Amino acid sequence: MQRPQTELSVGAFVALGIACLAYLALQLGDFRFSSNDQVAFTARFTSVSGLREGATVEVGGVRSGLVTRITLDPSTYAAVVEMRLDPKVHIQIDTIASIRTAGLIGDKFIKLAPGGADELIAAGGEILETEPSISLEELISKYIFEGQAQEAKP
Amino acid sequence: MSRPAPVLILFLRAGGSYVLLLLRVIATLGRSRGQFTALLAQLHRIGARSLPVIAVAGVFTGMVIAVQFFDTLVRFGSRGLLGTAVGLSLIRELGPVLTALITIGRAGSASCAEMAIMRTDQQIDAIECMAIDPYAYLLAPRLLAFLIALPLLTAIFEVFGVCGGLAVAVASFGESPTLTLANMADGVLTRDLLMSLFKSGVFGLLIGWLCLGKGYFSAGQSGAEGVSRTTTDAVVVASLAVLFTDYVLTALLR
Repeated sequence: MQRPQTELSVGAFVALGIACLAYLALQLGDFRFSSNDQVAFTARFTSVSGLREGATVEVGGVRSGLVTRITLDPSTYAAVVEMRLDPKVHIQIDTIASIRTAGLIGDKFIKLAPGGADELIAAGGEILETEPSISLEELISKYIFEGQAQEAKP
Repeated sequence: MSRPAPVLILFLRAGGSYVLLLLRVIATLGRSRGQFTALLAQLHRIGARSLPVIAVAGVFTGMVIAVQFFDTLVRFGSRGLLGTAVGLSLIRELGPVLTALITIGRAGSASCAEMAIMRTDQQIDAIECMAIDPYAYLLAPRLLAFLIALPLLTAIFEVFGVCGGLAVAVASFGESPTLTLANMADGVLTRDLLMSLFKSGVFGLLIGWLCLGKGYFSAGQSGAEGVSRTTTDAVVVASLAVLFTDYVLTALLR
């Protein structure tokens, strides 16, 4: 009779397995951002090149939300970004949303610069002032070719 | 009647018998009351006894992919992505597939050999003579044990792999443990975890089904040589089926 032994080891195995599943779900999964108590906002950009769904939204450098959806408005060719923010973060109507890069080649994220107005954007509202994503290649080519143009002038 | 059946007919007959086996086992699940002890014994053999090998394999897999990814990422100046790369590759691919392959080698082969020997020794015929349903008595607890054990083993493999990868990142490359872990948590989404869980469940069913079926249907091949050939076939077929299904599932659930 080795049944108690069997039961003990099966119990330990199942408990360890479930503990590992729970660890993975809580530590590595994104359960911390439960989506129902978050506030949705949209913003229109002329370009969101490099921004992905799931990217972070930062206010003052603090992670405060997630990009949930990126779509194209077919009539204006503007990129419509839907994001969810922590309900404790209130944003004013003159808040500026800009797409930034973490480091030189890191992930793109949305930076919200709070405005000075008293009026707040209601939940589900649109952030009107936006800055598109900065293309490093365009900046470099601008620098190179403007330099050449200036050299050619005199 | 002695004319050999064409290959296509043989193939269809074999496929049909495997499908019928699966359906019969599923049909018994609802009414197999006294099988809990058998399920426990099988969980012990397939799950609990696989723990050491799964844990060691997980740690070393995590360590080796941390080293590999570090060498690649450093060339592109993005060593900060080490945690994400290790976490995603462990959870999306390596965890489910390697756990399945190890389980085939450790438990699938043993279950197949057990069934084949029972068939060769006519123990299965004896069970049928006693009016005991071999599907409910032999196959159902084993198949169910594979189905339950594989997701749990995969989760254990992944946690040990994450620990191994983290240990290498911290000890050999001087990365910060909290940053690497936070980076991993940023990269791995709930979707990836669910995919890992779903894949391992499918693999568990597949391994149990193919290995047990191969042993159960091994009537024509008797003797030690027949059992050894049957077991080899089962391991080969189950491994290929896991790799093929992995590609299909990954492509579909991307």
